[in-house]
Amino acid sequence: MSAFSCPYNLIIAGVGGQGNVLISQLIARAFIRKGYQAIVGETYGVSQRGGSVMSHVRVFKEGVVGPIIPEGLGNLVLGLEPMETLRILKAYGNPDIHVITNTRPISPVDVIAGNLSYPDLDNIFESISLLSKRAWMLDASDLAMEMGNALLTNMIMVGAMLGTDLLPLTMDDFVVILQTYTKTEGFDANRSALQRGFDTIKATE
Amino acid sequence: MSFPHPITLNEPGRIELLMGNEAIARGALEAGVRVAAAYPGNPSSEIIEALSRAADPERLHVQWSVNEKVALEVAAGASFFGLRALAAMKQNGLNVAYDFLTNLNLCGVKGGLVVVVCDDPGGISSSNEQDTRFMARLTDIPLLEVSGFEGARDMVRYAFDLSEEIGSVVMVRSVTRISHGRGPVTFGPLPEPSEKPYFDPKGSFTPFPILVKHGKRHEALRELESTFSRSPYNVYTGPDNPELVVVTSGIGVLFSEEAVELLGLQDRVGIARLGTTWPLPKTWLTEIIGKTDRLLVVEEVDPFIENNLKEFLGENAGRFGAKTVFGKASGHIPLEGGLAPEHAISALKTLCEISYESRPEAYSKIVKEKTAGLIIDRALGFCPGCPHRASFWAIKNALAKDGRDGIVTGDIGCYAMSMWPSGYSVAKTLQAMGSGLGVAAGMGILDAMGKDQPVIAVCGDSTFFHAAIPALINTRFNISPFVTIILDNSATAMTGFQPHPGTGMTCMGQPVDPIEVERICRSIGFDVKTLDPFDLDATESVILEALRSDQPQVLIFKRTCALVALKESGKTYRMGVDEEKCIGEACGCDRYCTRVFKCPGLIWNPAKGKAEIDEAICTGCGVCTDICPEQAIHREVVS
Repeated sequence: MSAFSCPYNLIIAGVGGQGNVLISQLIARAFIRKGYQAIVGETYGVSQRGGSVMSHVRVFKEGVVGPIIPEGLGNLVLGLEPMETLRILKAYGNPDIHVITNTRPISPVDVIAGNLSYPDLDNIFESISLLSKRAWMLDASDLAMEMGNALLTNMIMVGAMLGTDLLPLTMDDFVVILQTYTKTEGFDANRSALQRGFDTIKATE
Repeated sequence: MSFPHPITLNEPGRIELLMGNEAIARGALEAGVRVAAAYPGNPSSEIIEALSRAADPERLHVQWSVNEKVALEVAAGASFFGLRALAAMKQNGLNVAYDFLTNLNLCGVKGGLVVVVCDDPGGISSSNEQDTRFMARLTDIPLLEVSGFEGARDMVRYAFDLSEEIGSVVMVRSVTRISHGRGPVTFGPLPEPSEKPYFDPKGSFTPFPILVKHGKRHEALRELESTFSRSPYNVYTGPDNPELVVVTSGIGVLFSEEAVELLGLQDRVGIARLGTTWPLPKTWLTEIIGKTDRLLVVEEVDPFIENNLKEFLGENAGRFGAKTVFGKASGHIPLEGGLAPEHAISALKTLCEISYESRPEAYSKIVKEKTAGLIIDRALGFCPGCPHRASFWAIKNALAKDGRDGIVTGDIGCYAMSMWPSGYSVAKTLQAMGSGLGVAAGMGILDAMGKDQPVIAVCGDSTFFHAAIPALINTRFNISPFVTIILDNSATAMTGFQPHPGTGMTCMGQPVDPIEVERICRSIGFDVKTLDPFDLDATESVILEALRSDQPQVLIFKRTCALVALKESGKTYRMGVDEEKCIGEACGCDRYCTRVFKCPGLIWNPAKGKAEIDEAICTGCGVCTDICPEQAIHREVVS
């Protein structure tokens, strides 16, 4: 946990519809419950419609921070899609940044239409590793579909983030937030997904 | 939000993470608001959504009004009866409400009346990035600007007191970065509503006599100049004799404060946070101006404070002497787009002549090399399973078969994306709510002058109720031959599925008889045809037939929004591609399914050279089965 100091700048990157906005709120709430201040800024409004979506979660004890992280000052990227992870590193990366990224690409409309090709995935992974202090790559979408619901990808990624021990948050801290702020129908599945992500990262350590 | 949030709890001291719009709603609740009305529009929609959690017929009426003008009128009606009321809208919405507002200002109010306008600098979810602050000045009403989350709650609470104190509607302006950001808010107490609505028959609310009422407005504004100079919402922090003062409002406050800290300029630069933007707090500003010869104005979008400040400096040039104002006119802050932290950082670097790099230069160099060619843009598109994809597919094909270079006039809503590849780029015009029909009505009449290109106007169901009905009546009255297609997805989808008059449910959760689009069109005199756009062939031929008519036509394409349908009933079909039947590159179709149809759930697998369904994305609408020439895409009903 030596890497954690305030203000801590966490960026969740993905594509509209991946549940980016929801997890940014839950993470911020978990920090507030632990006695930190947290604010969230997000690109919103077109978020259901295939565009890039990023949420900024800024954790601090005192002082002034705005809802948007100044460029070059990211501490952690939680990437729900590999090219989106790299997009964030381009703007907010620095030699000390940590990255946890999902490996499954989502094709932009122009790729589906055949006008453009999705960039070479191996090159993307290589660049992510090179541009970060440490990067964890996780097949979170595949794990989620194994669990029966692709929408669980975001919870698996949060579990993985907790598994890295980068943040002063435990699984229990997050489960309490999940219990308080998400619908009861989805709770068990979300909790299992969190655990799955957590265990997967722990197994790589 | 999908989970219950605690906006309604009367637990003073409780700390909650609230969206800026929820903080605004909380401020209204803490002020004892009794009526709140809006038409949905990002970035303002969540204000009414949050308030609806506290709705109760006897204590707080909350409504989605048919448009913003009606919303403000509803709020004014309650104010005239002595109750506190709020109307919320996005920047474009204020234009709709403005005709009423420019008369209401002269009429005065009784119960505190607050109009909250959420501007969208950068046009993140809008068709423009209009700065509405000018409209407050134009209307002679006070303007408050929120700059933080807890601050937003405080300021809205104060706006109600101010409104009653001066007997005028008060405008509160938020922006996307605050409305859609989230921060902690410590709750204050919620009052117990007690007053009975009462209209004093001895009084009245009219603009007459106009000159007297206009004069009273000016008098009130002059008094406010000194009231605002004592306001806790205008704060100076920094050294006594700074070399530069940043004058800032809105999101500029947080960005400027962080920039000063990052650059270590606390001893050289002061910050003047302006919360009461109009009328200018002249006494307070005089003190600020006395501290320095150089001022930098950081605001979004237009130079509102900057120009007002320059006007004030000009009027008092003899007293103040030579001052330099930096900002938009000087090129230090951009004239277009929303603010980012970098704008404040860069302006301060230049003006204070210091160097600052947020990351090592060597890293920036590697970033450039290692991201080159690896990041491509994501064009916006319809969601997988969206009925609009099917509708525009049919429209595109019908226009092609018609063969006369027909065009589509677009409108505001998800279907605005029909101007881009996801909607086959068929829409060629786009302006305000309802304008698709109005503009098409101006095109249809040109047939008599030799125009031979057919015109289709598209319009959503919520947009229809908001602003399209007058244009449709105009079309019938002046006989303008074009085809109106109402894309009825039974939702205000773009802004988060709010109910509207056609959905049969109010914001208060009360079931009501839905007002049918088809019956309205029939009563205007149209012989309406209603179709399911997922029936691609039938839809295409009906459009083709309508295009050939010399009379105005109305078609309704009815199919529930895919996101609503998925939430309500899950996937209809399990989709798959038969790898035997899909002959890939060997098929003459040239990847017709993905190249032309462009659904995110149907992708091309370059390794196999065949189409495939992306299980993680497909919503199981089943439409693509009908577009494959080899019938290789199959669907199976999900039990």
